[in-house]
Amino acid sequence: MKPELPLHLEFNIEGGNFTRAGFASSEIKKVLKQLDVDMAIIKRTVVASYEAEVNVVAHAYSGTMYVDIDGQTIRIALVDEGPGIPDIEAAMREGFSTASVSVREMGFGAGMGLPNIKKNADQLDLSSEVGKGTQVVITLGLGLK
Amino acid sequence: MKIRQIAEILDARVLCGSDKMDYSIEVAFASDLMSDVLTLKNDHVLLITGLANTQTIRTAEMSDIQCVVFARNKIVTEDMLELARQNEIVVLQCRYSLFRTCGLLYGAGVKPVF
Repeated sequence: MKPELPLHLEFNIEGGNFTRAGFASSEIKKVLKQLDVDMAIIKRTVVASYEAEVNVVAHAYSGTMYVDIDGQTIRIALVDEGPGIPDIEAAMREGFSTASVSVREMGFGAGMGLPNIKKNADQLDLSSEVGKGTQVVITLGLGLK
Repeated sequence: MKIRQIAEILDARVLCGSDKMDYSIEVAFASDLMSDVLTLKNDHVLLITGLANTQTIRTAEMSDIQCVVFARNKIVTEDMLELARQNEIVVLQCRYSLFRTCGLLYGAGVKPVF
């Protein structure tokens, strides 16, 4: 059954809990498939949201993912409580990373996440306050008729 | 190349997805860095890895990867297999090193991504 639009979803993301990382992005993938979104657009969307989700798990204490889908676009906002990003320009640079050893052991933390989100999203908006948290907003056109 | 042939070449155990052995693979990518896997634009990718955790399967899910080979008999947990089943991902496990696994498949004509 096709979900009715507009659609709003919310997911809690637990900092440090890698066993759950990807759950929210997996749910997004299911919904986009039900909406018959083109597979290439689904892949770009969930790769971007998954990288962002992993970032919250890797760096923040806790976070929420807010997903809004209307007939044209998907907007994924990740709002976290965490250390924040002191230098956003550096964080956007490929290869720049502050990830811990445990994050690297999970196959992440090579400084590729944010640049890859930017490549896959139509738009990426990033704001952060040191000591408070970070907000990442990913927007993509869904190409629905 | 079909997953069935890949499993034969690697003398691999099929841990899940034995009903999907006729899926075709176009290219292969070997990496323990999931961020790198997530940059691939290709379809029908075979992932060869030594990194065995839930995020390996999650990465395959997000990247539409239909088959993952765990080299060196890396231990695949029931949680990983359950996630793979939900997403119709074939999981193979072989005793060869990552290097030998890649060499055998490359020699058999499996194309690299880059």
